[in-house]
Amino acid sequence: MYPKIPLTVNGQKQEIEADPEMPLLWALRDIMDIKGPKFGCGVAACGACTVLIDGEAVRSCSQPVGEVEGEITTIEGISQGDELHAVQQAWMKHSVPQCGYCQSGQIMAAVALLEENPDPSDEDISDAMTNLCRCGTYPKIKVAIKDAAQTLGA
Amino acid sequence: MSRLGKYTRRAFLGLGVAAAGGLAVGYYFYQKPYANPLDAKKAEGETPFNPYVMVDADNTITIIAPRAEMGQGVHTTLAALVAEELEVPLEQVVVEHGPSSPAYYNSSMLEESAPFPFYDESVLAEMARGSMKIVAKFLGLNMTGGSSSMTDAFVKMREAGYAAKYVLVKAAAEHFGTSEENLTLADGAITDNASGKSVTYGKLARKAAAISPPSEMKLKKAKDWKILGKSQKRVELKEKVTGGQIFGIDVQLPDMLYGTVKMAPRKGVSIKSYDKTEALAIPGVKDVVEIKTIAGEGLGVIATNTWAAFKGAEALEVEWDDPLSLQNTDQMWSALENALTQEATFELGGTGSDAEVFTSIPESEAVSVQYRVPFLAHATMEPMNATAQHDGGTIRVWTGTQAPGLIQSVVSSHFDMDSADIDVTTTRLGGGFGRRLEVDFTLYAAVIAEATAPHPVKVTWTREEDTQHDTYRPMAIGEFKGQVTPDGTLKTMDMHVASPSIIQSVMPRIFPGISPAGPDNTVLDGAFNQPLDVENIRCQAHVADLQVPLGFWRSVGNSINGFFHESFMDEAAHKAGKDPLEFRLAHLTSDEFLPAREVLKRVAEMSGWGTPLPAGKGRGIAHVLSFGTWTAQVVQVDVTDNTVTIEEVWAAADPGIVLDPGMFKDQIMSGINFGLSQALGQEITWADGQVEQANFDTYDAMRMYQAPKITIELLENSPRMGGAGEPGTPPSTPALANAIFAATGKRIRQMPLSNEIDFI
Repeated sequence: MYPKIPLTVNGQKQEIEADPEMPLLWALRDIMDIKGPKFGCGVAACGACTVLIDGEAVRSCSQPVGEVEGEITTIEGISQGDELHAVQQAWMKHSVPQCGYCQSGQIMAAVALLEENPDPSDEDISDAMTNLCRCGTYPKIKVAIKDAAQTLGA
Repeated sequence: MSRLGKYTRRAFLGLGVAAAGGLAVGYYFYQKPYANPLDAKKAEGETPFNPYVMVDADNTITIIAPRAEMGQGVHTTLAALVAEELEVPLEQVVVEHGPSSPAYYNSSMLEESAPFPFYDESVLAEMARGSMKIVAKFLGLNMTGGSSSMTDAFVKMREAGYAAKYVLVKAAAEHFGTSEENLTLADGAITDNASGKSVTYGKLARKAAAISPPSEMKLKKAKDWKILGKSQKRVELKEKVTGGQIFGIDVQLPDMLYGTVKMAPRKGVSIKSYDKTEALAIPGVKDVVEIKTIAGEGLGVIATNTWAAFKGAEALEVEWDDPLSLQNTDQMWSALENALTQEATFELGGTGSDAEVFTSIPESEAVSVQYRVPFLAHATMEPMNATAQHDGGTIRVWTGTQAPGLIQSVVSSHFDMDSADIDVTTTRLGGGFGRRLEVDFTLYAAVIAEATAPHPVKVTWTREEDTQHDTYRPMAIGEFKGQVTPDGTLKTMDMHVASPSIIQSVMPRIFPGISPAGPDNTVLDGAFNQPLDVENIRCQAHVADLQVPLGFWRSVGNSINGFFHESFMDEAAHKAGKDPLEFRLAHLTSDEFLPAREVLKRVAEMSGWGTPLPAGKGRGIAHVLSFGTWTAQVVQVDVTDNTVTIEEVWAAADPGIVLDPGMFKDQIMSGINFGLSQALGQEITWADGQVEQANFDTYDAMRMYQAPKITIELLENSPRMGGAGEPGTPPSTPALANAIFAATGKRIRQMPLSNEIDFI
C-alpha cells in the first residue's frame, strides 16, 4: 500500500493514496476526478496541465504528487461561486477558446502572470505565456489578458 | 475557353465505378428518408419534430448539431440555422451532438471530391457533384470534414427549424381559436395578438407533432435574419473557460479502468515477440493484451490509472516483424524522385491540348523549379483517446470523433456485429484537424475493452505514441515549369506532383469493402483547380506508395500544392519583372474569377501592398481557392541577423455567404497560424522504420512569442457557399516564403523553411 499523501486542493484538505512518484496531473484527474487540468505532453512542454501551487504556475504533469508543498489551485477553484474570475470573464468577452483543450492551462498561466505583474506589456505576455495552442488563439489570449489586467487593476 | 480542357474522361469514368453500386441500387434508398433517430432516444415528455429539433413539455428546446465540435464553432452556427427559422434566441436552446445515425449524413463532404474545380458549373461537373451527394447519403457519412458542415446544413437545418415552426403555429392557431396571421412568435412562445395570451412551444409540442409537416418550405430571406449573419457567442463557451468535463479524455464511468497502447511503428508491421513481465510488475498494471486490427497491430496495457498504464507500456519489451522496404526518409525521397521520371498516374484540369507545348519551352523563357514538403503530424492538443465498454451484445464507445458512422462500421466489422449494436457518444474534441476522422484509437479501445468487460476502459495515448502513430500529411515533390514570354505573360504552366495517395491509404482502413477507383484528387488539390488564365496548363500526378499511413490534414492536398503553386506564381512574376500582385491579376481575367481578383485587391489595400518598407522587411502575397472559399493573404516579415520575425498577416476571404463573421474570422486566424506552424520547423522523418520525432520538443508548433498580428476581412462575391475551417491554411506558407524572398532575395523551396533560415 502507498502512504497517504496530504494535499490541499481548491481550499479543501484531503488525503490520497498514491505512488508519490505519480505526477500531480494524474493524481488530480484519475484519483480526485478534477478534470480541468488537461494532459497534453507529459514533459512540461505544452502547459495544458497548468495549475497553481501557492499562486505560482506549475506544470502538473511533471510534478511528483509526493513532493507538492503548498496549496494547489486548479481552474475549478478560481471562481467565487457563480462569479467567474476576471481572467475567465475576459476569455468569454473576447471569445478566446476554439477547441478549448489548452484553455484551462492558458487561463491558469494568465492568472499567475497577473498576480505577479498586474500590468504586463506585450513582451511580458509573450515571455510568460509559453503554453501551446494548436488552434492558434494567441492574438485573442493577448487581448483578453490586457482586458483582465484593466478589470483587476480598476 | 473550357476549364475542363483535357479533362479526363478517364477520371470521370473512374469515379463512376465507385458510385455505380450506390447509384444503381441506391436510387430507391436515396428517395427514402432515414428514420428519425430521436424517436428511439427521446425521454418522457420530449417530442421530436424531425432529426434536428426536439421540444420538451417544460419548453426545453433541443437542437441536434450532428457535427464534431473541435473548435470551429460548428455547434453554434448549426444551431443558429435552426433557431433562426424556429424564432428562438440561441441562449434559449440546448445544443447536443446527438446519436450517430445515417440520418445525419453529410452530403457535401464528398461533393468537391469530384474531379472538377469549384468554379466549374458545367453540366458534367454538376452531374459528378450530384452523384457524390448520393454516394455520401448511401454510405451514411455522418462525418465532419472538408470544411463542409455549413454547405451541407445551410438548407436542410433551416428547413428543420421552419418545419417545426410551421406545425407549432398551426397548433397555436387551433389552441387560441384564431388564424395564423393573428399570432406573434418570440422566445419560444406564441402570443395571440388579440387576447395577449401566450403559450409555449413546449405546451404545444404534443399537439403540433401530430400535424402534417409543410410540403413547401418558405425560408426567411437573408435580410430578415436576426441570428444568422451576426457574430454569436459559442454555445459551449462557459464550459471552455471553467474546465468543463467535455472532452473524450474527461469521460468518467463507474468501475472504469485505464489503459494505453504501444503499437507497431506502422501498419504492415506485426508483433514478432514480446515480454510483459516487467510491465506486469509495475504497481497498478493489471494486464497486457494483444491488438490485431485493420488499422494496426500492437499491445494494450490495462491499469488502475493512466500513469501506471504509461509506465507499463514503457516497460514492455517488443520485437517487431517489419517487412517494409522503405525504412528511412532518404529512401522515400528517392521513391518520389523516381516517380517523377515515370509516366503520370493521372492528370486533372488543364487547358491547351498539344503535349509538345510543354516540352518545347525555350530555355530563356523558362522557370523550372522543384519544391518539397515533408510528412506532417496533426498534433492535436488532446492526444488520441477513447473509452469503450462491452455490455452484453452492445459495444459502447465515448470519444471525440469526426466520424461516428465510421466507428460503427469499422468496430462492428472487427467484432462481426451489427453496426447498430455499436453505440457511439461523441464528446467535444480537443482539436481534430482531420486526425479524428480515423477510427484507430477507438478500435483499439474497443479491443482492449473486450478484456476488461464488463468494466469500461479509457485508453489514452501518450504524446509520443500520438506523434509516432499518426496518419500523416504526405510528403511530396512539386516539379513546376513555366514559360514567361518577353511581354511578361505566363503562357505555359506544367505541374508535376509526386506524392503518395491519401485515399489509397485511407480506404482500406475505413471502407475495406470498397476499392478506391479513379484518381485521388487530393494529390493535385490546390494545383489543378486554381483560378488561372494561362493558355497552356498541364497538371499531372505521379503517385508512389511510401508505405506510410496517410490521412487528411487540415486543407489536405491544398496545404501541399498551395505552397507549390503560389511560390511558383511569385517566381514567375519575378521572371516577368512584374509586381506579384499585378502579375496574378493579369492572369485572372475570366469573369468567374472575380472573387479571386476582389480578395487580392482587398488584401493589397489592407496591407499597404506596394508602399515602401525599411530594409530587412518584406511582404509576400498568395491566393488559394480551397473548399469553396477564395482566400488571399499578405505576410510581412522582418529579417534581422538572418532571423525571421513574422510580423503581420492580412487575409481577405470570400465564402459567398458568411453565417457568423466572428466565428468565420476565428477559423481563418486559426488556419493561418496552423499553416505558419509548419514553416517554423514541423517535419516528420523516418529512420530504421520509426518516426524520429516524439513530443513537442521535437515536433512543435507556433508559440505566443512567434504569433503575428492578424487582420481579416470577409467578402461575399462568390456565387456558392464555401467552408471556414481549412481555407486559411494553404496561402499562409507561400505568402511567408514569398515575403522572405522579398526581404532577403533568398528563395526557399522546401518546407519547413526553418531548415534554411532561422525564425525567432
